[in-house]
Amino acid sequence: MNQTYAVAAVTAVTAATVLVGALGLRISRTTSDFYVASRSVRPGLNAAAISGEYLSAASFLGIAGLVLLQGPDMLWYPVGYTAGYLVLLVLVAAPLRRSGAYTLPDFAEARLESARVRRLASLFVVGIGWLYLLPQLQSAGLVLEILTGAPDWVGGCVVAVVVTGAVAAGGMRSITFVQAFQYWLKLTALLVPVFFLAAAWVGDGAPRVRLDAPAVFREHTSVRVAETVRVEVAAPLTVTATGRIDGAAHRGERVGLAPGPHTVEAGTLLGFPAGAPVPERAASGGDPLGWSQPLADGRDGRQLYATYGLILATFLGTMGLPHVAVRFYTSPNGRAARRTTLVVLGLVGVFYLLPPVYGALGRIYAPELALTGAVDAAVLVLPDRLLGGLAGDLLGALLAGGAFAAFLSTASGLTMSVAGVLTQDVLPARGVRHFRLATALAMAVPFAVSLVARNVPVADAVGLAFAVSASSFCPLLVLGIWWRRLTPPGAAAGLIAGGGAALTAVMATRAGAAPEGWAHTLMAWPAVWSVPLGFLTMAAVSLATPRRIPPGTPAVLARLHLPEDLAGPGAAVPPPRPTAAGRPTPRAAATGRTAAREAGP
Amino acid sequence: MTLLAGLAAAAALLLAAGFVLGRAAARRAGRDGLDLGTPVEHATFHTLHTASLAAPPLRAGLTEDTARKAARRLRPLLGTEALCLTDREAVLAWDGPGADHHREQVLQRVAELLRTGRGESLRSDCDQPDCPLRWAVITPLTGEDGVVGALVAYGSRESAVLVRAATEVARWVSVQLELAELDRSRTRLFEAEIRALRAQISPHFIFNSLAAIASFVRTDPERARDLLLEFADFTRYSFRRHGEFTQLADELRSIEQYLALAGARFGDRLRVTLQVAPEVLPVTLPFLCLQPLVENAVKHGLEDSRAVCRITIAARDAGAEAVVTIEDDGVGMDPAALRAILSGESAQASGVGLSNVDERLRQVYGDDHGLVAETGPGAGMKVTVRIPKYHAGVHRDPPLSGQV
Repeated sequence: MNQTYAVAAVTAVTAATVLVGALGLRISRTTSDFYVASRSVRPGLNAAAISGEYLSAASFLGIAGLVLLQGPDMLWYPVGYTAGYLVLLVLVAAPLRRSGAYTLPDFAEARLESARVRRLASLFVVGIGWLYLLPQLQSAGLVLEILTGAPDWVGGCVVAVVVTGAVAAGGMRSITFVQAFQYWLKLTALLVPVFFLAAAWVGDGAPRVRLDAPAVFREHTSVRVAETVRVEVAAPLTVTATGRIDGAAHRGERVGLAPGPHTVEAGTLLGFPAGAPVPERAASGGDPLGWSQPLADGRDGRQLYATYGLILATFLGTMGLPHVAVRFYTSPNGRAARRTTLVVLGLVGVFYLLPPVYGALGRIYAPELALTGAVDAAVLVLPDRLLGGLAGDLLGALLAGGAFAAFLSTASGLTMSVAGVLTQDVLPARGVRHFRLATALAMAVPFAVSLVARNVPVADAVGLAFAVSASSFCPLLVLGIWWRRLTPPGAAAGLIAGGGAALTAVMATRAGAAPEGWAHTLMAWPAVWSVPLGFLTMAAVSLATPRRIPPGTPAVLARLHLPEDLAGPGAAVPPPRPTAAGRPTPRAAATGRTAAREAGP
Repeated sequence: MTLLAGLAAAAALLLAAGFVLGRAAARRAGRDGLDLGTPVEHATFHTLHTASLAAPPLRAGLTEDTARKAARRLRPLLGTEALCLTDREAVLAWDGPGADHHREQVLQRVAELLRTGRGESLRSDCDQPDCPLRWAVITPLTGEDGVVGALVAYGSRESAVLVRAATEVARWVSVQLELAELDRSRTRLFEAEIRALRAQISPHFIFNSLAAIASFVRTDPERARDLLLEFADFTRYSFRRHGEFTQLADELRSIEQYLALAGARFGDRLRVTLQVAPEVLPVTLPFLCLQPLVENAVKHGLEDSRAVCRITIAARDAGAEAVVTIEDDGVGMDPAALRAILSGESAQASGVGLSNVDERLRQVYGDDHGLVAETGPGAGMKVTVRIPKYHAGVHRDPPLSGQV
């Protein structure tokens, strides 16, 4: 892959992000078209911004990687990532907007009138934000490593520095435009290469993907193993090897591998004949890669369990993601928030049609990634494999740019949310300088952890953040909006029991402390038990403390559920003017100009 | 991975060690460095501390909830077996044993107290042999409008000390209740000021606007009609009766109408630039808290000079806050004079709007969200307002409230 093009693309995307963010589309006008003031962010633009912020590296790179690695079972990821918005649309979107809350802790305070629950909620926001940021930084490292051969901490460092700088300098002023721009950039970056790749695939005789069996090498392939791995060989296999396998040194001779586990040491060059099945990396207790395996080896019901865990976490976790919740504040009212969510469903749904295509093509053309473990790179290497030459380089650069857009948009959204919560609720208040400090802290912690923690497939790592969010904020939001007997002690207990348990399980899994077998599966996919635990604790403790129901509950619930239009003039629509149709030109001209400018991004 | 786990554990351990060390150091400093006084002084501190704990709930007025919280603090202060707080009709809180069979009796005594207005000390005719409540001291709690309730302290025997203490505590509680009433009347004053502000905008402005509109009636009837509609919208918003809060979009729309009318009067001399981040349009803020600032800018920029005036209104997104700045290049002001206006010492007519806005912002959002003004004679003026996107208690009016 040509480094120059890729580096240029990444630089261009970074520069564009910072520029659009800092300069934005400055809306500056004179009196004649002052009317722009009443023009809020339209659902379409806001939806693109939400999607742009939401589609992280997990979506751009991770899903394709997992489909490559484990086949169509992994399609539950895009389905879950999308369907989360359906739950959000039906249960939460409009009431959350009407509550007037900007962040999730704000909602806790508005609904429960308790500063303690607010503080607890803000701790979870910070936790979820960091869990979500960590894989973004790690995969940024991976991408830059593949593109330029730089050490794997460089990519994370670039993203961390750019995002911290932009956010701390107040450069994300026109964040809605930036994020909307990022969505279209990401969609283009995935969509354009798909046509070329599909054409190349057809030109290649349209080989079928074997999704139910291990992937096979289509031609004689040499693979250099970067770090020592244990591989699981299913059938007798003959390879050429230079390096050490199972402790024995080989110098380019043919080696027969018997069925069973084998250890391949770092630096070994393996040559596979055409048609040989790709050996799979074996899971072991201490190997974090192993915890996506239950989905693959579905022998004792663990696959079914893990699938349900994934579905619950992604369906219910979306509503509790800090960077998604704050975007709804931009909607002028509840109805607009609902419409925005509907458009998001469409935009995200369209986007998620693309990654599985890359996954399937990767299974045909880049199966050795399953062996080296760098499956998240599948999207990036495909143009080079299928097309090669200048076209391959250019498309690869486009994809690299798109991947960086994914890191930057999600990371900046998360950093802003986490920094905001840190300034408001955790650190003592000291004004603007403090926000900068909080921004640095919000990014420094996950960056430091990304240096010591080992890489895991990004989609899996993000799934953990979803699990914590589903076990803590989903009960809080759903019960807070739909159940009038929720009390502050109940909410606090539910957050601690559900969210705390999920967080503990997730941390233990990521730290490699989980035991093997069923216990490991339970801890790697906590949502199945932690979400009900959160709901039940919240309900039970609330029922046990009926005297602590906040006195303002009826008023708050009325505000959450009644449309704003009933409140009075000017709430949602401008007051009707009897002669509006016959109004003279200045205003009409102004609106026209406004529309023209809006088409800019 | 184990490295990560180890790191986390080490960090937690360090934190705990630091905490313990800090606590120990603080305690040692307290023991060695400070003389904490004689036992009598100790008792005084203890009493004052308990009283200060009981004060906050009472400052919210006398309700079942506040009475319960206060009674829990007051009983140790008096050292009685049981303590009861009532309002004029019912027992609000009962701390200690005996709530079951003494309630009725208390209410009879309170009724008597309301009639006479005087406290009394009497034997509680209790028929349960193991009940410790043998003697009751009933003292009145007074507010602005006379007796608002009673404090009843129960002892196991007759004691002059108990009578004295109960009377003093009742008096202290009464003072707190009067303060609570003072708080309420302060809020009412603010509301009255907003109403006054709504009324105050009008006379001058209405005359000028109508005169300006009249001048267009013959020459440009279309424009005159347009301006009249703006005028109608503007007054509809400003004279709105309900609600303390509004949306930034609505407030800006009202400013737009105001500037259209001002523009009709001043023609090309008024140039306005607007920069609004669409993200902050839904922010909720106190009703009419920007419009007076714009009015002020127009006044400073135009009425005292003949030159062209430039006004810039900007609202930008700053994380959890919206920052609104209103800037004019007019005559400016002596900072000292402005400070006097904001602190309410000088009552210039043009300053009433500014100081009212400042006070309301501080009242709603706290002292660090007041107006920030940068000005100097001849240097124009820039006023900055920081509005949190969310603040407890700040939300648009409940649906179904009446509208004008």
